[in-house]
Amino acid sequence: MTQMRPIRLTVNGVAYEAPVEPRTTLADFLRADLELTGTHLGCEHGVCGICTVLVDGQAVRSCLMLAVQADGANLMTVEGLAGPDGKLHPIQQAFVEEHGLQCGFCTPGFLIAIYELLENNPSPSEAEILDVLGGQICRCTGYQSILRAVHSAAAKLGAVRSGTAQESA
Amino acid sequence: MKPAPFEYLAPTTIGEAITALQEFDGEAKLLAGGQSLMPMLNMRLARPGLVVDLGRVQDLDYIRESDGHLAIGAMTTKRTLERSPLVQNRQPLLHAATVSIGHPQIRNRGTIGGSMAQADPAAEYPATAVALEATLRVIGPTGDRIVPAEDFFVTYLTTALEPGEVLTEVTVPMFEAKTGWGFSEISRRHGDFAMAGAAVTLSLDAAGCCAEPRIALFGVGPTPVRPRGAEDAVRGEQPSDLLCQNAGRQVSEEIDEPLSDVHASADYRRNLAGVMARQALSDAMARATAGRGGRA
Repeated sequence: MTQMRPIRLTVNGVAYEAPVEPRTTLADFLRADLELTGTHLGCEHGVCGICTVLVDGQAVRSCLMLAVQADGANLMTVEGLAGPDGKLHPIQQAFVEEHGLQCGFCTPGFLIAIYELLENNPSPSEAEILDVLGGQICRCTGYQSILRAVHSAAAKLGAVRSGTAQESA
Repeated sequence: MKPAPFEYLAPTTIGEAITALQEFDGEAKLLAGGQSLMPMLNMRLARPGLVVDLGRVQDLDYIRESDGHLAIGAMTTKRTLERSPLVQNRQPLLHAATVSIGHPQIRNRGTIGGSMAQADPAAEYPATAVALEATLRVIGPTGDRIVPAEDFFVTYLTTALEPGEVLTEVTVPMFEAKTGWGFSEISRRHGDFAMAGAAVTLSLDAAGCCAEPRIALFGVGPTPVRPRGAEDAVRGEQPSDLLCQNAGRQVSEEIDEPLSDVHASADYRRNLAGVMARQALSDAMARATAGRGGRA
């Protein structure tokens, strides 16, 4: 048993301070220590992308990062997407409308990866979207509905930015 | 799928990192972006006594222009390189290699130094470094040394780094408009390790003939491979489709027995290596021709 180390980080706007063992991955820390179980774990070696979270604005595999490496970082997980009133984020709403999920296991990773894409690039090309989606594995949808959801989400966020957003049905 | 216990150190200087490596005498592993080491830790293929995280070492994340070269700090991420106008405009081969690696979610963490030190023979960066005749700066207990890329990659997952040494910088030449380059790889899915690939640079001399052709293959041997016979076949010749075809055939003939695995047989890899070299050579010749004002 190696020595526990205290870390401080912010997740979805909430500051946390907790001791961690160095070998604890960020994914396990989020799920087991902070009980933020919205972040799912698939392959645990960086292939499936399901555990993707936002670390200082960048979408990363939380299974390929140690919790100690996140000391001082600002994180967002899938729990941080919806509003405080439970209103879905436009990307989540687009997934609902376009059937971007079936079993939903991979969805948290997709949502965060797409969130980073659209934050940096509000009108991505098809190739740019595929580059990001290629890093996330889904075994239900066949991806086409997810692709439609990204286009729809980009349009929704664009409308929010330009102030022409309408309440979704 | 959980790492075995290890001690952890996050030094802020290279000196501290080197001291820690010496103290653990071969039992320590350096952690850069973690996109290769972390899977190995999770699967317990690696069980180091100490993990030395380079993430908090000052001044290893930079792209500096000097004397016709780009000096790149070892902890510079692939995402930073991908987005750098300097890399896009002046080292487009490195850019092409970068965007072929994994996905944005991987490139956000993965670093150039980590990929070089990992030395996976199917990876894009080691072969690109060999094609560019890059140099790698290594710092150890007795000072620093510069290692040419071709000497750096020793065998499968093994580099010229001694146990107490840290790779700190990769230096690549900046291209001029007349430099031709090509990058081709084939994998089952975009972002996967390549079954075979080729990185090529060349220029055209005053007579319009190929000069200084460099071909570096990946995925076909324990290190990046330079098929010198194919380079000789191209040198001094006028660019043509036939020349590329012949050089590609020469590549397939001259490489040693490639790896045979679930992704591709040795024979298939041998064939792919020739095709990838032919494509990369063709692109390089077209770019060199366009760069000197000719028709691509």
